[in-house]
Amino acid sequence: MRRRSTLALSALAACALLVSACSSSSTTTETSAAATPAAPAESAAPAASEPAATDLAGQSLTISNWAGYYPEDLATQVEAAIGVPLTISNHATNEEIIAKLTAGGDSGIDVAFVSGQYAQALNEAGLLAPIDPAKVPNLANLYPEATQLAFDPGNAFSVPYAWGTTGICYRSDVIDEPTSWNDILQPSAENKGKVTQMTTERWLALPALKALGYSINTTDDAEIAKAKDLLVASKPGLLAYDDTTFYSRLVSGEANAVVAWDGWCNYGTAENPDIKFTIPKEGSDLWADTMVILNTSQNVDAAHAFINFILDPASHAWVAENILYKVPNKAAMDVQAVKDLNASFPNMGLTPTDLLKQEVIVDLGADSVKYTDLATEVTSS
Amino acid sequence: MTVTTGSGRGAARRRALIGRAAFAGPGLVYVTAFMTVPLLLIACYTVLTRGRFGGVSWEFTLDNFAKAINPTYLSILGDSLVIAAITTALALILGYPTAYGISRLPRQWRTVALVLVVLPFWSNFLIRTYAWIVLLNSQGPLNGALVSLGVIGAPLDLLYNRGAVVTGLLYAYLPLVVLPVYAAIERVDPQLQEAARNLGASKARTFWDITLPLTLPGAMIGAIFVFVPSMGNFVVPELLGGGKTVMVGNLIRDQFLEARNWPFGAVLALSVVAFLVMLFALQALVSRRINRGGARA
Repeated sequence: MRRRSTLALSALAACALLVSACSSSSTTTETSAAATPAAPAESAAPAASEPAATDLAGQSLTISNWAGYYPEDLATQVEAAIGVPLTISNHATNEEIIAKLTAGGDSGIDVAFVSGQYAQALNEAGLLAPIDPAKVPNLANLYPEATQLAFDPGNAFSVPYAWGTTGICYRSDVIDEPTSWNDILQPSAENKGKVTQMTTERWLALPALKALGYSINTTDDAEIAKAKDLLVASKPGLLAYDDTTFYSRLVSGEANAVVAWDGWCNYGTAENPDIKFTIPKEGSDLWADTMVILNTSQNVDAAHAFINFILDPASHAWVAENILYKVPNKAAMDVQAVKDLNASFPNMGLTPTDLLKQEVIVDLGADSVKYTDLATEVTSS
Repeated sequence: MTVTTGSGRGAARRRALIGRAAFAGPGLVYVTAFMTVPLLLIACYTVLTRGRFGGVSWEFTLDNFAKAINPTYLSILGDSLVIAAITTALALILGYPTAYGISRLPRQWRTVALVLVVLPFWSNFLIRTYAWIVLLNSQGPLNGALVSLGVIGAPLDLLYNRGAVVTGLLYAYLPLVVLPVYAAIERVDPQLQEAARNLGASKARTFWDITLPLTLPGAMIGAIFVFVPSMGNFVVPELLGGGKTVMVGNLIRDQFLEARNWPFGAVLALSVVAFLVMLFALQALVSRRINRGGARA
């Protein structure tokens, strides 16, 4: 028994070393995970690189955000506003940052940008520090609805950065407005081979689940099986699975209608005003991208100050104006320049009430494997 | 006297061994560190349980192997085999004559031709794959030209199917057949071919009986070079196949990067490695038989 656990521990240390080596990015300063060979769920003692400070002097911040999801001069802005040097690391997907944060040891990241359901999972894994509202007075700028999202009511461990929904982005000059997810799943003759669906498992399942009247968070095997059958049957009418370039397919005319996130549809609209966004009548999801503070952070005060800076109407309005995603910040959405966007990008005008009609997507824990199996079976059929 | 000679010979042998170790050492260490260790890690992951938040939890299980023999996954493996095999066959059919043609060029043009063959490698693989999307999509220049010339009435579906996947893989790996085949053709002793001609064999007969058998090992190496990466490629099926064709590379990538199911990904990865090792062994066996046959002739 003793020998087995020693063996397991050394194998674990080797795995942790490998994982940390694989996930370390050039911009973050990684501390060796081998020094703290703990299971991912238990957070390890961080290697103290800097003494804890109560005021922000001497603190520094490392954040990880999606590439292109923040102003290019964010580091300069933050340093000017709160006097803390900021290092920005980029991730491409939620899974990428989750892998980094759960690899064990200190990832070196103070604040991470992740989608709500991932924040929920990270919190359940005990990796997040609580948000202290006293240190983030700008939380008052959030829409009340945005403070009560199902994955974290009361913003105990996450603060929303952007939010929106998933719908159909289409060429209004080529086809009539789609009204149902079935317009994608069972395309009419003119749209056959000219629609795309998303490939990320939860969003791959969404149109079928909603078309069948199920919850997007269902874990019922029979419901998931029915959704799978519907998705398999929809394949012959499909151009491709795509969740990165769907809007350019509309611009080029390759596709007539695509499953799209509202913000990304706007990128198509920016190039061709005939590209429009609609939420099918069966409803959809409400997703939110959030900011979380890691409990390994040595710079918790600076991390709070950073979040407070983002929630400032001026900096948060920048996100809405330039990324064309709605931000859950009333003060920022009330900025005239943001309101002016509604004319060209109608989905920027969706209100919190509109969004809350949709179902908040939450983490499914062990049951998420059901969606992986669904995705594999559908795409390989 | 004898003893002294023996030890002297032993010392020389030791020196030679140290010299060899000095040369081979860095490479061996590199291979050991970056090939063997990860492979062992993968092997140990296969019997562990999926961690909810990625990684693995330390509970022994054989379920991952049971899951792998599910028909869904077996059919993905089968599809990958078929796609890789078709790609390899086409690469040989196109690549062998190319290599042969290059070897018959005047010496100064051979280098130029070989540089042209590897030229695509100088630019990024992803960009070249995207270029195929631009070229082949329904609104692209190829369809546009064919439609405006009246050859076809409506744009053809050239993308997002198996044909597009094979096209992309073939494009990516064709040079890997041309180079070893060219090297093998260059190594053939021209005197053998001359002798055959002098003894009255036709050009075709000379090629068939002399050149082809002697260059088959090179062609087989080329075939392996194409088959192995084709089998594991996940970029081409995703981009040119539109995600509608799933190959084993996609499946493994998804287990690690999307599904957070590392143990199952490890089982799949290990199965592919085991399969390819068997393929290599087979190739070595056949090559040796061909070489022996050549020596006897």
